[in-house]
Amino acid sequence: MNTTDTPILSIRGLAKRFGGVAAVSGIDLDVAARETVAIIGPNGAGKTTLYNMISGRMTPSEGELVFEGRSITGLAPHRISRAGISRSFQINNIFPEMSVRENVEVAVSARRGTARRWWNIASRARGVQDEAAALVERLSIAHLAERRAATISYGDKRLLELAMVLATRPRLVLLDEPTAGMTPDETQRVTALIRRLADSGEFTFLITEHDMAVVFGLADRILVMHRGERLVLGTPEEVRVHPEVRRAYLGDTDEADEADETT
Amino acid sequence: MSGFATAALNSLDIGLLLFVIAVGLNIVFGVLNIINFAHGALYMLGAYLAFTLIGLLGLPFWVALVVAPLGVAGLAIVIDRLLLRFIYGREITDSLLLTFALLLIINESTRLIWGSGIHVIDPPALLAGTLTLPGGLRYPVYNLFVIGVGLALLAGLWLLFNRSRIGRIMRAASLDGDMAASLGINTRAVVTGAFALGAWLAAVGGVVAAPMRAIDPGMGDKIIIESFIVVVIGGLGSFPGALIGALALGVIHGFGGRYLPEINLILPFIGMALVLLVKPHGLMGQKTD
Amino acid sequence: MSRVLMRALGVVGAAAVLAGLVAVPWVAPYFYIFIATEVVILGLLAASFNLVFGYAGMLSFGHAAFYGVGAYATALVLLHLQWPLIACLAVSAVAGAALALVIGFLSVRLDEVYFAMLTLAFGMMVFGVAYQWRSVTNGSDGIAGFMLTDFAPGVGWVLDDPAVYYHVVLGVVIVAAALLYLICRSSFGQVLRAIAQNPERVAFCGLNVRAYRLAAFTVAGAFAGLAGGLMAPFLRVASPEMLHWSMSAEPVLMAILGGTGYFLGPFVGAALFVLLETWITGFTEAWMLVLGVLLALMVMFFRRGVFGTALAWLTRRTGDRS
Repeated sequence: MNTTDTPILSIRGLAKRFGGVAAVSGIDLDVAARETVAIIGPNGAGKTTLYNMISGRMTPSEGELVFEGRSITGLAPHRISRAGISRSFQINNIFPEMSVRENVEVAVSARRGTARRWWNIASRARGVQDEAAALVERLSIAHLAERRAATISYGDKRLLELAMVLATRPRLVLLDEPTAGMTPDETQRVTALIRRLADSGEFTFLITEHDMAVVFGLADRILVMHRGERLVLGTPEEVRVHPEVRRAYLGDTDEADEADETT
Repeated sequence: MSGFATAALNSLDIGLLLFVIAVGLNIVFGVLNIINFAHGALYMLGAYLAFTLIGLLGLPFWVALVVAPLGVAGLAIVIDRLLLRFIYGREITDSLLLTFALLLIINESTRLIWGSGIHVIDPPALLAGTLTLPGGLRYPVYNLFVIGVGLALLAGLWLLFNRSRIGRIMRAASLDGDMAASLGINTRAVVTGAFALGAWLAAVGGVVAAPMRAIDPGMGDKIIIESFIVVVIGGLGSFPGALIGALALGVIHGFGGRYLPEINLILPFIGMALVLLVKPHGLMGQKTD
Repeated sequence: MSRVLMRALGVVGAAAVLAGLVAVPWVAPYFYIFIATEVVILGLLAASFNLVFGYAGMLSFGHAAFYGVGAYATALVLLHLQWPLIACLAVSAVAGAALALVIGFLSVRLDEVYFAMLTLAFGMMVFGVAYQWRSVTNGSDGIAGFMLTDFAPGVGWVLDDPAVYYHVVLGVVIVAAALLYLICRSSFGQVLRAIAQNPERVAFCGLNVRAYRLAAFTVAGAFAGLAGGLMAPFLRVASPEMLHWSMSAEPVLMAILGGTGYFLGPFVGAALFVLLETWITGFTEAWMLVLGVLLALMVMFFRRGVFGTALAWLTRRTGDRS
């Protein structure tokens, strides 16, 4: 991976404070196009806050976000989505009362600009229908297309959310703990899927994840955060052997807990 | 000059009365996460009960000032236990609908019991007449009394929320009900208590307003709209916001009525619209993010 | 039972109801022409409210403002300009939409709690203006004494005949309801339903949620204005009561009575509402009290409405059989 190209996303001195407490401070990060960067750190390290700022859910207290050469600092979520950044959430974020197919249709028609059409019958909008069908196929949830989204399994909901994320045709995808709460089987399925998507060369990924096997299996580079700050940034090998990381994060009981949970 | 001073006193008078009512709306919202659309109807009920006690039964004003609000607070407890408990934990829309239904019920019951006519009660003898203030300004004693009641309740509520255990519990419950419950606080009682306190404040407002204003079936509608304007201007759920919003609306009424009578009616709405455009969460509101 | 058969049954049922509605003046007692006219107009009002509430998930307590403004628009145009009725109705729809655009712009900025408060407050502001701006609105008496014009230039229908006016109302409402139905089933309508369930996800799909809410609110205002425009010639008056919040309570109850999850729910609710009102006001003045009690009971125990509960029961029955 050549990281000397102009970065697709450039984060400069980003900080978020709540009252007097800094949730994130002084984060610098350049993400190259088609790269997969994992962000790890214990709970409360500021990963989700960082995501919330990149995706427009929160306004940064300080610093700048540049995406494809354009500043996106403090833009509203829908504008950032339009710019080409899409995200998933730690807790599934879907339309529970709609069918799986309709969930994806909404996202597709949002991107295609058909969402404002009040004169076409949604269930007969060919282009949207076909694209949505292709997406549920790609994420292997086509057999669930007519099910009400609230009734499908937890892992399938994550895949559905991923389908909606991809429907906006993002260049940069932010995944927030994509395998959290999944069975080992589901975890493997999703990891393989993300691998395929990353290899397709269409997307750049930022991934936060607790499962170290997933992180080291997917990431080109890893950003380790600790108490809202950047502890280390490097390749998986560099991070694996970094003494501070071992002390602050990998060495603590987190990994042991993960191992316990999966057995 | 005396016109200006009168307008200023009127502003304070209207503003503090509005504060008493709007802060009740805010307390209920803070703890129950419900906007009580029947809040104005409870204010009206306070006034009608005062009319019954004073005008029909011949009891002294002071008795009505104590008894009527307690009666309304008691009714609020019944409402909470009988109706609101069905919709705790449901979508917020259902609580809005239910208190809206309550507004219809209380309004219409009031009209059926007391009729559509206008009633008046006199201020107590002690507070009748006017007082000459330093500077030669003559001002009704009763209106000064209203200002006093407003200030006393302002101080009392401040002490309640900042200096007493029960007030701190209410604030904890308003921030996080589950956490309060896990600390062993009886959240059911806190919720019912907050709803009753809100109703009590509305009814105190109603009794105090009765000798100044006409008692009629539309008085509740007027006050709930005004209270909404107050909390939107000040910031929903904010204690200082309720005070600032109420005083701002008091100024709009006190001076608007005197200097801009043609558009007096829509001035409060213009004020609210301006706040919404510039600071959507109100002057003292917290943006949750 | 198969889906195709269900759909066929639905079409047959709808056709039967429509035929019945058209036949009212010929088969029902004279009095029922008035009941039917009111049901059809208020059904449109409730359906327009439900676009905002049932579809987009925003509870408005100020819907009477758009209905009332529509009524005043038609009444004023008939009084001063004597335009054909169809032009008056167009003015009413535009007036309703314009007012909804302004009130909506200020009210959709925050969450549903603010929305409910602000729509009620601004609705009452409109009421206050109509009540006090005597030179234009004639104060508490409202606008009355206007003559009915032709429906359209050269169309010689006698609108003064209640049966004829009823058929005009029915025709206009059917066209309007078809349009509203198209909007509900469109891609735009789909987005509105998505917003009701999860506005944040819609925003992260790249749509400006506030703009969509405002659009829905404005469209609903147009249809409410149209309903008001139809009501003024029927009542022969446009009065401030049509703008009052207690009028706003009516579409709320109608939609909930019928079922907010169904396009036809509000129409069913309007029919139930008007029949109930006619029956109850026959022996007590306390109609508003009944309205409040009914609304409370529906919210507490039958949140899906009569139509919705019945339909759920039906599909469960047929589901058991298959």
